[in-house]
Amino acid sequence: MRSAGAWRDAGLYGLLDEITNSAEEVPRFLAVGSACVLALLRWASSFHGSLFPHLTLSSDEMVAEFSQMLDWSDSALRSFAWHPHTDKFAVALLDDSIRIYKSNSSATPTLKHRCQRSVCALQWKPLCGSALAVACQSCLLIWHVDPTSLSTRPSSGCAQVLSHPGHSPITSIAWSPTGSLLVSASPVDTAMMVWDVAAESAVPLQRVGGGGVTYLSWSPDGSRLLAATPSALFRVWETRMWTCERWPCLKGSCQVRKLRKLSITVFELMYAFIYFFKLTFFSQTSWDPRGERLAVLLKVIAVFKTRSSPVFELLPCGFVMGEAGAEPRFMQFHPHFQHGALLTVCWSDGRISHVPFYFSSAGLLGGDSPQQALASNTADHSSNKLYTEQIS
Amino acid sequence: MREKMRQYESRMRSTEALKQKLKQLTLDNKELRKQVKVLRAEIGLEASPKFHGKTTKDIINDLHEKERECNSLVVVWRAVASIAWSVLLLPVTAAVFVLLSRFSLFHPIQWISECTSLLTASSTIFSLVVLCGVVLITGLFNLEFYTLVPSIPCSRMALLGTVLHPRQCVHSLVYCTMGMLVMWCASVTIGGRYSTLGIPCRQSESGEVVTCLNEYHLFLLLAGAFMGYSHSFLGVVQNMYYVSFQPIQQYKYPRFKGCLPMVVKCSVIQSLYSARNFAALYFFFGYAPKTWISSTLHLQIDSSLQPLDSLTGLLDFSLLYHLTISGTFLYFTWYLTVLLFRIYVTEAYSFPVQSTFTEDAEQCLPKVLAETNTLVMKFFALQDLALLSQHSLSRRLEVFCLSQPGGHPHNWNAISRECLSLLSELTQRLVAHQDAVASNGRVKSQSASSDTRSASLSSSVMSGTEDIAETPRLGVPLRTPGSVFKSSVGGVHSALTAPFTPDVDSPFSSPAIRRLVGQQEPRSPWFGTVQSPHIMRRGPKLWSASTESQSNGSPPASPVTVPSPPAASEKPSFLAQWLQNRREQVKSFLAKRVLIVYLFNKLPEASSQALFADSQVHIWALQGLSHLVAASFSEDQFGVVQTTLPNILSCLVVLLEAVDRHFKLPHASSKPARAVCRMGDSTYKTLRFALRAALKTAIYKITTTFGEHLNAVNISTEHRKRLQQFLEFKE
Repeated sequence: MRSAGAWRDAGLYGLLDEITNSAEEVPRFLAVGSACVLALLRWASSFHGSLFPHLTLSSDEMVAEFSQMLDWSDSALRSFAWHPHTDKFAVALLDDSIRIYKSNSSATPTLKHRCQRSVCALQWKPLCGSALAVACQSCLLIWHVDPTSLSTRPSSGCAQVLSHPGHSPITSIAWSPTGSLLVSASPVDTAMMVWDVAAESAVPLQRVGGGGVTYLSWSPDGSRLLAATPSALFRVWETRMWTCERWPCLKGSCQVRKLRKLSITVFELMYAFIYFFKLTFFSQTSWDPRGERLAVLLKVIAVFKTRSSPVFELLPCGFVMGEAGAEPRFMQFHPHFQHGALLTVCWSDGRISHVPFYFSSAGLLGGDSPQQALASNTADHSSNKLYTEQIS
Repeated sequence: MREKMRQYESRMRSTEALKQKLKQLTLDNKELRKQVKVLRAEIGLEASPKFHGKTTKDIINDLHEKERECNSLVVVWRAVASIAWSVLLLPVTAAVFVLLSRFSLFHPIQWISECTSLLTASSTIFSLVVLCGVVLITGLFNLEFYTLVPSIPCSRMALLGTVLHPRQCVHSLVYCTMGMLVMWCASVTIGGRYSTLGIPCRQSESGEVVTCLNEYHLFLLLAGAFMGYSHSFLGVVQNMYYVSFQPIQQYKYPRFKGCLPMVVKCSVIQSLYSARNFAALYFFFGYAPKTWISSTLHLQIDSSLQPLDSLTGLLDFSLLYHLTISGTFLYFTWYLTVLLFRIYVTEAYSFPVQSTFTEDAEQCLPKVLAETNTLVMKFFALQDLALLSQHSLSRRLEVFCLSQPGGHPHNWNAISRECLSLLSELTQRLVAHQDAVASNGRVKSQSASSDTRSASLSSSVMSGTEDIAETPRLGVPLRTPGSVFKSSVGGVHSALTAPFTPDVDSPFSSPAIRRLVGQQEPRSPWFGTVQSPHIMRRGPKLWSASTESQSNGSPPASPVTVPSPPAASEKPSFLAQWLQNRREQVKSFLAKRVLIVYLFNKLPEASSQALFADSQVHIWALQGLSHLVAASFSEDQFGVVQTTLPNILSCLVVLLEAVDRHFKLPHASSKPARAVCRMGDSTYKTLRFALRAALKTAIYKITTTFGEHLNAVNISTEHRKRLQQFLEFKE
């Protein structure tokens, strides 16, 4: 009875552990045998773990390690995502609930589900008004939140649960830009899953090496997919026939561990950028959709003005500071801000602030002065703020 | 004045001369035409009325026909390649099987050497040849039975009918035989006590040596037959022969590599289940075959050995191990063949969008799309369309280009027309289904009925499976056992089989509806030949729509002729009424019996699944259309797409409304339980959700690309309202 419970709770390990520990209750040969098997398994896993150190982490530690949010475990905000088409964003909080804020509506639906634990990533489905993918510890949830309904607590019947044995915790998800496919990755699983969400079926794409997949990002035209691994390796998948090429490791795993946290739009360019400028001190960057502003997350946020044609240029533009004592944890540009770029920053004290940059596109007017952008940036800093409740 | 008169006269003369000339020319022209006609008839380009042989034109047509057939040979070639690979992989699996079956933990060196010597022995080679035969037959069955549109039985009775169908019986028989063959090979390979059917034994009282029955060998053979039957049976229940297309494209080798663990797992699990079931079966009924075999072959039963149909005899670990291992081997060979077949068949096929030579025009995408003879080619064409619309700029440009002389957008027109007709066909199907469900609620009893009429109707409506794919619009002979079942058994029991149909003929409520539907207008265009069960079911309300569908679709593939009712039956007769009442009574009597209810009750969501059974086609059409339209925003130089944009938008919105309404029906939006691990593909169960998602994404794709420009498109206000919702992302 107890062994069945152990099997259910902790799998084979738990069962063997249980049998070994209750040596006086079970026959001697069984206890000895299970002890031997357990030792063998532990030895094998420790060997595997020495190859890939991240596998020795517990599930929560792993999520904290590979989450896009800095200091994920003690952060009030667990994850953040703008809707790609409308003024709407979703925030995952410390108590594993998700809130959705809309620009012109006071209703903020709260999403709760019994499988929704340790939310690590959120992403709205492109070309869809309602679907939100949530990467949880044990599974992948697809919420269908009706944008017209006024209910504040959508039932858990609105959520689809997608899971695959051996594929948890999920730390990164990425919708294809056409909205037809969802790719999910787990640092434990060497295969990444390509989900057909409506059919709830997954195609595993397995490549041995690297010990798992931690970060995924589609190129904007949907033709490539970047998959970073915990070790010094990342792959670029071509999404027509789903073949991949391995990219050479940079300069030891240290830098690539940084790289996995990059939010990359034009990642080839980014690669060159990191390689040539040797900017190894930052931990998170974000590029606005037009490719003209680049934000780098340090103790404060440094904003650069960039231009990719005719040659790649990077000009310092200004800094964004938070309240006293608050550190930035996560940032993301609004995907389609009309008048320039809108940077949303999640701070360590649980605030979310929106920092607009007003400029006209370089393609139209030949660029604007960084001073002007800087001025507007400092001026508008506190004008447009949304507060979330601090969760105990 | 005179001058003027002269001028006028001369002008008159010249016109007269011109008229004369014109007359002459027309005469000449006529003569020339006649000559040309004669010449053409001589060369054979045109048939003179008296000529009966083949003209060149006929021959050219024949050639085109042949070409089309060759086109559909693609599948055959792919199947052949898949069979070749499964034969090539056979030695490998056989070697693994030998290694596992002879496994001994304590003598590893002896084990290895024994296995290597066994692998080169002549008996093993012979077994391999037999196994190759088995694989070949499996492959042929795959090719014969595969289906792109699953057959979905709507009640348990229908399922039973499919399982007992002659074609399926032959299938089961062949698989039983193959199972026995494989198990024979396996038992020979394992050797030891399993190798032969007869073994020498000493009789207890007289002490002389006679040939006894080897029960272990018999046990394995029977297990093979059992597994063969259960494979065949589960093939029907789980739709094993349904081939679904993957959401992503992969090369064959990575896909095979990715699927291999799943196949191994499935075959192990299936083999364990079968072993358990077979052991139980043998425990209870094992005595019968044993005595039968021993009496027919004059083999003694060795009484000194433990009989296997006892508890102690069955609890033999090595026997069960060997049973499971050989079962796994058996299932693995079959599953591998199925897997390879699926991988090969579902590979994307690329058609040229247009060709410079008219001879190849038949193989171009627009032509193949419009073709209805082979369902497979249609699937390939639509898949190719969806792929090219997303991934290939150059081929998209070919779609948008104009024809060289004339400047018509033939390619785009053909493609969009075909996609739209597919989608509107789905819309009509959904509307018909909703009407049927809605009318089910209010059954009117109609006293006057012609029994022949309703009987003939129900015989055409009735079928073991939902026969949506049989509608003339798809018009392709389907390879489902159900369709054969329909044609062969169909006419005989009309009253009994009426409950098979999902919609109108819901078992106990609505015999009247059927009559109502058929009776409204005996002199309607449908009177002589029933076009399709669906159109009949649709009823009077939608006749206009259905005629339209018929005109824009292909001609009916095989119209079911219905005997025209005798004149007497057109007016209500007392006899008919009495018969009808009897029938109602019988039905209400049967409805109270539990078993009958169990067998005839509709399975929930079955009709919904059946409606969307072939929706993969529609999903591709939606993807292809939306991506092409979105791409046209920047790539269409001649504004080719603009002319069809209103049509496309309204078609999509109408379909969306129909789909929305469908999802409000009971059971339509409930999710099926997820299959744990089985070889049968169950993606067809969720196709309706996939279709809904694809439809919304398609509309969003168009609305986000065009944005405010959509206001300039000429569509009705309701549709515009709906599209506005999409523009504001409120769907």
